[in-house]
Amino acid sequence: MQQQPIVAELKGITKRFPGIVANDNISFQLRKGEIHALLGENGAGKSTLMNILFGLYQPDEGHIEINGQPVVIDGAGKAIELRIGMVHQHFKLVKPFTVAENIILGNEPVKGISVDIKSANDRVRKLSDQYGLKVDPRVRVENITVGMQQRVEILKTLYRGADILIFDEPSAVLTVQEIDELLDILRALAREGKSIIIITHKLKEIMAIADTCTVIRRGKVVGSVAVKESSERQLAEMMVGRSVNFQVVKDKSKPGKPVLEVNGLTVQGEHGKAVVDEVTFQIRGGEIFGIAGVDGNGQTQLVEAITGMRKASGGSVKVLGKELLNASVRNITEAGVSHIPEDRHKHGLVLDFSVSENMVLNNYYKEPYSRNGILSYKAMDVNATKLAEEFDVRMSSIHTAARSLSGGNQQKAIIARELKRDPELIIAVQPTRGLDVGAIEFVHKQLIAARNAGKAVLLVSFELEELYGLSDRLAVIYEGRIMGQMEADEKNEEQIGLMMAGNVMGDAQRHTV
Amino acid sequence: MKWTSKPFHALSVSALALMLVVTGCGAKNNAENGGAANKENAGAPSDNSGKDFKIGMVTDGGGVNDKSFNESAWEGLQRLKKETGADVKPLESKGESDFEPNLNQMVKAGYNLTWGIGFMMNKAITTVAKQNPEAKLASIDSEVDAPNVASVMFAENEGSFLVGVVAAMMTKTNKVAFVGGVEGDLIKRFETGFVEGVKAANPNVKVEISYVGDFTKPDLGKAAAATLYNDGADIIYHAAGGSGNGIFTEAKDRVSKGEKVWVIGVDKDQSIEFGNDITLTSMVKRVDEAVVIVSKEVIAGKFEGGKTRLLTLKDKAVGLPENNPNIPEDVMAKVKEYEGKITSGEITVPFK
Amino acid sequence: MQVLNKIFTKQGTYVPLIAIVLGLLVGAIVMLMGGYNPIDAYAAMLNKIFGSTYDFGEAIRQVTPLIFTGLAVAFAFRAGLFNIGAEGQFITGMTAATWIGINLELPWFIHMPLAVLVGGLAGAMWAGIAGWLKASRGVNEVISTIMLNWIAYYLANFMVRVVMVEPGQNRSRDIQESASASIDWLVTLTDSARIHWGTLVAVLCSFVFYYILWKTRQGYELRASGFNPDAAHYAGINVKGSVVKAMMISGTLAGLGGAFESLGVFKSMAVMNALPGYGFDGIAVSLLGGNNPFGIIFGGLLFGFLSYGSSGMSFEADVPNEIIRIVIGAVIFFVASHGIVKFFLKPFFRKRREEKKGAA
Repeated sequence: MQQQPIVAELKGITKRFPGIVANDNISFQLRKGEIHALLGENGAGKSTLMNILFGLYQPDEGHIEINGQPVVIDGAGKAIELRIGMVHQHFKLVKPFTVAENIILGNEPVKGISVDIKSANDRVRKLSDQYGLKVDPRVRVENITVGMQQRVEILKTLYRGADILIFDEPSAVLTVQEIDELLDILRALAREGKSIIIITHKLKEIMAIADTCTVIRRGKVVGSVAVKESSERQLAEMMVGRSVNFQVVKDKSKPGKPVLEVNGLTVQGEHGKAVVDEVTFQIRGGEIFGIAGVDGNGQTQLVEAITGMRKASGGSVKVLGKELLNASVRNITEAGVSHIPEDRHKHGLVLDFSVSENMVLNNYYKEPYSRNGILSYKAMDVNATKLAEEFDVRMSSIHTAARSLSGGNQQKAIIARELKRDPELIIAVQPTRGLDVGAIEFVHKQLIAARNAGKAVLLVSFELEELYGLSDRLAVIYEGRIMGQMEADEKNEEQIGLMMAGNVMGDAQRHTV
Repeated sequence: MKWTSKPFHALSVSALALMLVVTGCGAKNNAENGGAANKENAGAPSDNSGKDFKIGMVTDGGGVNDKSFNESAWEGLQRLKKETGADVKPLESKGESDFEPNLNQMVKAGYNLTWGIGFMMNKAITTVAKQNPEAKLASIDSEVDAPNVASVMFAENEGSFLVGVVAAMMTKTNKVAFVGGVEGDLIKRFETGFVEGVKAANPNVKVEISYVGDFTKPDLGKAAAATLYNDGADIIYHAAGGSGNGIFTEAKDRVSKGEKVWVIGVDKDQSIEFGNDITLTSMVKRVDEAVVIVSKEVIAGKFEGGKTRLLTLKDKAVGLPENNPNIPEDVMAKVKEYEGKITSGEITVPFK
Repeated sequence: MQVLNKIFTKQGTYVPLIAIVLGLLVGAIVMLMGGYNPIDAYAAMLNKIFGSTYDFGEAIRQVTPLIFTGLAVAFAFRAGLFNIGAEGQFITGMTAATWIGINLELPWFIHMPLAVLVGGLAGAMWAGIAGWLKASRGVNEVISTIMLNWIAYYLANFMVRVVMVEPGQNRSRDIQESASASIDWLVTLTDSARIHWGTLVAVLCSFVFYYILWKTRQGYELRASGFNPDAAHYAGINVKGSVVKAMMISGTLAGLGGAFESLGVFKSMAVMNALPGYGFDGIAVSLLGGNNPFGIIFGGLLFGFLSYGSSGMSFEADVPNEIIRIVIGAVIFFVASHGIVKFFLKPFFRKRREEKKGAA
């Protein structure tokens, strides 16, 4: 790999935003045909650096060379001209258009005065076959999966002749199956001589496909290593700046009194079908109860029914013995329930509020934050400063809008808020989604600490490893029904897998025997 | 008749701005000078008696190009300028709150006479007249109780009576209709006169009455007309200002589909704007005449403040336009007959 | 771009000022094309606004209702609602205040404040209907407020023509002297310009607006519901209640504007021939003011002054109304579209930045 020529080089790049140095004298080399991972914690400055390479930001200092020539990239147009393509985390596709129409948008082949859609279809199909993308150019984008949409974005860059492809956290939006396919595609692209930069904080992906890995911490390059000669642990340490413990350490649980009792809880879906169907379980203080299942099997509705955000049609939800079925969100919160929601942008934060205002989202009305109906920003700021420090939420100021925080820091802010309210029951849905290893470790420790302090924790996650690591007991949900409950132990892995596919516990056991 | 109050807001203004930038500023030529200039070139010599006089008018919300009484008043002032050499100027109001400052502007600039056009101006004229007892003002369509204001009203009832006669004699369905803008004393006068006229000419003809509740909504006028035409009325007389334009639109649609329906216009000869194929005739109100007469009195030093004059059929201030190509001779003869009866006092049309 | 943004947020006053200048320049070009002298025209406009105490007083009178309706629209907007109905709320407030002003006989220190209060309440109720429809039935407030505008309009005309009519006239009886909101000594001082307490109340209202939204618990809830109703729901905020409250506060502001227009300016209420347009102008004013309560005062001043001064352009400089509207339209267009102004300024600021860099 070292013999390959350097296709892109960033030299001494510095970029400052108000109150923060996002990139501090960063240098970075990309060689032809390599997959180069850019690893760093949430908010370390990876995306900023790549946005500079793609021309979306201008560096305050330093310069860029492409194929040895110094260049000024003053916009995405210039980047495309230099054969640089970027696949963003949030796709920029026109939903009602077909795949081919999206790909040729802005660069349409014409025949006479009309767009030559047929030759566009052919070209797209040819490109798709070349890299094994399996995309049908004629279907509408609104009708295809997220994974497919990502491939359309990849095709778009290829269609415009990109040789350098930048991927911004490409696996964040994908299912496990889709991630595997994406990795295959990346390999195929590299084989064809494309140079790839992949922004990520997922160590497993890096180990699986990357040739080189550059680690950034707090805006500075920590080092660049050949992945083959490195290890997950080494990369994690470089990224976080200390040794990381992958294994969750916890004592055996000492369950106390029952905190949450759910009995026969049923939620009607839009078409009259029960999306949560007679669900019954119990969580005691001092234990973490995990709910496993493939996304979309009623987890969201179950949690929303328990937290009062959605009307349940029947059953019972008791918190510390108090019946709270269909009580208001406020009453349920007051009863000692805190909720780390699944969708942090939709529910967890008011993005246009400052961090300080967000940190009191469900207790703003209490003293000291408001007194006689008057807000005390001072008290809010004290609270926010304390929480941000304790949970290492990084931002330029507690007065900046939550929108400007990186995804991981937004999540940390929510977790800080929800854990520090001193609840009896913590409902955490996908609490570590989008976090880097250091942050994940931190969140896990916090959840365990809460459990050790006698709190009950309901953990909903799609990642089995997380569930095994944290939970004391597990239930598997499938199409709104609990298929079975058991001790959280890797020994049960196969059984759990079968239940997630719809086999009830009895069946599952028969299979395993 | 058009009592528009144009809400002045950003969207319409910027849209207008764009439109006017595109369609060119030539508009100014015929709007401002063109009309007057042409007449001047062709017209009669001025006696220059009024050359030291400044006479102004404040429009209500409709503006000087309202195709109705404001425009008519402005035509009167332009004629005055031509005939006497007086300095004349219009000032447009955008809404009710502009009336007072606009009147004040002219009064304080030392105008010899300031006209307030339309009954909406009543209160503003009263206030300004009382605050400036030295100033001379004049009012159209409403009676102002102040010693320095001359008020001019019209016997719309009499003119409306005559078009009622036309309608009654020319309807094929024995059903005609009246569409008013907003209910009130003035519009009531149109209605009453019309109904009386129809009754006098043919008691078997039924008159439908409808008010659209707005003077500026052609769509409401169109909807009202559609209902009335569908109900079997074939002639509609309107006193609905801008809303009345919608009545013409509806009539045009129907005529082009082969139906035979008519509209009777108001204030000015509306056949000039909407065409003889749908405009049966119009109830013309000579606001221009009134403006010229009273203004000339000021120039002659014979201004009669505190007096209200009612201009009637006898004064030729209301009535049918000169040309009526759609009215057959027998009907016209009948109209003349009633005209004679009214001016002679044989018939009294209720002024209510 | 980032640096540019910083410059503009720091020195945010540049943009509107330059926008006004740009708008006036475009207007000047149009006037030149039409053969009119723009300098005379603008001098006439300024003279009309600032030339006499009477005119200045009247210009302020013109601005006052615009601040009320501007605040009304902006308040709803801050809570995520688009209140097209400031117009109807204004009319309702005007009607209610006029009724109190005509029919009750009370000492002035009770009568006028009571009439104003009832006007505000009427506006609140009128807007509350739309808020309630949205909260309980999910009816889009844009549609319901447009409908309510018309209902208010016809209802007000009915009230004036049938219930409160001055015989023989197309307007209501005059309000009692005790209900007048005029500031008599200022009216005398300004040669009978119709100056009233509403102006002061409007300015106070923008402080109240600021205080409620940013300093109270209630305001926190309204803003949260406005920015992100899902998150507000998650936080246990009664989002539906917030909708009703926000609409009612918005309606109060518009209703107060209407009350003062009747009690302070007209002293009676005329049968309207069309929607008077105060509420629609309020949308423009709130846009000009960036939905900021203090920005709205300036938006209202700009809009009201231009509108009032324009008659000077036509009277003194003989500029036809069509061209005057282009001039006003151009100014408002530039102020409302910050983006265009920034676009024009971009090269200038970039150059300056590079010079600075070169110097360093």
